[in-house]
Amino acid sequence: MTLGKTLWMIVIIKLFIMFFILKLFFFRDDLRAFPTEQEKGQHVINQLTTNR
Amino acid sequence: MFLTTLTDLSRLQFALTAMFHWIFVPLTIGLGLIIAIMESYYVISGMDFWKRTTKFWMNIFAVNFAIGVATGIILEFQFGTNWSNYAWFVGDIFGAPLAIEGILAFFMESTFFAIMFFGWNKVSKKTHLISTWLVFIGTVLSAYWILVANAWMQYPAGMQFNPDTARNEMVDFWAVATSPVAVNKFFHTLMNAFVLASVVVVGISAWYLKKKREEEFSRKSIKIAAFTGLISIILLIYTGDGSAQQVAQKQPMKLAAMEGLYDGQNGTPLIAVGLLNNKKFKALMNNDSLGYELEKPYLMKISIPKALSLLGYRNLNAFVPGINDIIKGGYVFKDENGNPCIAQSFEEKSLSGKIAINALASYNKAKKAGDENSMEDSKNELQENFNNFGYGYIKEAKDIVPNVPLVFYSFRIMVILGGYFLFFFILTLWLEKKEMIGRCRWFQILAIISVPLVYICSQAGWIVAEVGRQPWTIQNLLPVQASVSGVSSSTVLTTVILFFVLFSVLLAAELSILFKVIAKGPSSH
Repeated sequence: MTLGKTLWMIVIIKLFIMFFILKLFFFRDDLRAFPTEQEKGQHVINQLTTNR
Repeated sequence: MFLTTLTDLSRLQFALTAMFHWIFVPLTIGLGLIIAIMESYYVISGMDFWKRTTKFWMNIFAVNFAIGVATGIILEFQFGTNWSNYAWFVGDIFGAPLAIEGILAFFMESTFFAIMFFGWNKVSKKTHLISTWLVFIGTVLSAYWILVANAWMQYPAGMQFNPDTARNEMVDFWAVATSPVAVNKFFHTLMNAFVLASVVVVGISAWYLKKKREEEFSRKSIKIAAFTGLISIILLIYTGDGSAQQVAQKQPMKLAAMEGLYDGQNGTPLIAVGLLNNKKFKALMNNDSLGYELEKPYLMKISIPKALSLLGYRNLNAFVPGINDIIKGGYVFKDENGNPCIAQSFEEKSLSGKIAINALASYNKAKKAGDENSMEDSKNELQENFNNFGYGYIKEAKDIVPNVPLVFYSFRIMVILGGYFLFFFILTLWLEKKEMIGRCRWFQILAIISVPLVYICSQAGWIVAEVGRQPWTIQNLLPVQASVSGVSSSTVLTTVILFFVLFSVLLAAELSILFKVIAKGPSSH
């Protein structure tokens, strides 16, 4: 296999693992449960001002 | 217990990813410059030798680029998952530089990389050369915007905190983009990249010379790399001096950790070589006040009189605060406008931070109740104390002290190896001028050994910068424990293990492909 093809293969496998395994199953956005910006902000304010 | 908390595991994961990412970045930036110089020689001279030479180093660049590309994106995944409070808190400031980096620099870099790597004989010589230079410029711009974001965490500037959204909003783009910490950090990091790539080029070329292969290719590559490296290491030392001054004024605790300095004094010496007494640091961390009082800071030291005062404040007799001074406060320092101020103690800062946090809570309560007068009062109280906001989360004074031994020794590794590389490039150019480089076996071995050393030096620099600023994700405003999300420790531990496996496989792939490309040599082009 040529160098170019090998590198393309590595890039594609790596991006697949990163975006379709790691991002989807392990790195969900923690604030996704809050649909609006206002609710997200309120959640963070609660996090920053209580039980700290 | 060590590394069982969510904060510790999240930090380990972030450090692992950042350090892995940093294996690739400096070689991409530095080799980009060296390739562009070589291809310029080719276009000017028309000699096929330079085309062959450029193509070989371009293959090394391509392997490094392909393995390293997008490893930094994992850091952004972590912001959203593990560090969501932090990501929200900084969102508007971080968003701008990272978006510019993504859109302008990364796409520019990737687009022209395609022409550079696949475009030989498909576009004109000049178009190809321009593409190569644009790849290099793209990597530099990319680095600039990332470092702007990093510098803002070390020295928050140009923003205002909005208590309605709990976000910092950019009010002065140029204060963020051209902060003195950002500019200095950028040049220091850029020079580090040039030095690293230069050492790699000299090391690989020396391997050919040792094998008695590719003599012309190796000697000309060494000449270009050593010259680039020598200029860069001089500028690296110069910008390192600027960094020390920035750290002294904006992050005094980091400087104290770098020097293992517990008690400050006027005309503070610089520890050139030293062994720390780790019992002192352990006593501080274990709240053993008697042990802390009795233990000496160093087991041995060789110091340069007054040099730390000179380095940090450009004054031989300046007072450099130590860890105890920063905790106790009461010493005089100059603020950003050059006015003398008395440093607050940890207790004062902690109280002020708690007032700020309570004011944020009161503001929100008053907002929900529609009480505008209370909102105004709380907002004013928050603004008055916002500079100490993060101290409100820190329970004990010892928690504002970073890992002193790690920072102290990393700093010395970086500085000693930096001095070595200055000597190394001078020696390389001298041997090359005397035409001894092809038969000087000990130098060839030294050059090969220098390749891992330059990576150690580069990583040590980042350990000083990032461990030295602990416990802050944003200096004085947000400590790590307030920055983490509510994810479970076991999930983070799983991803740490996954990353370790993934990174090890990628690194093994990189080294394996690189060794094959090197073994084949430039003649195959």
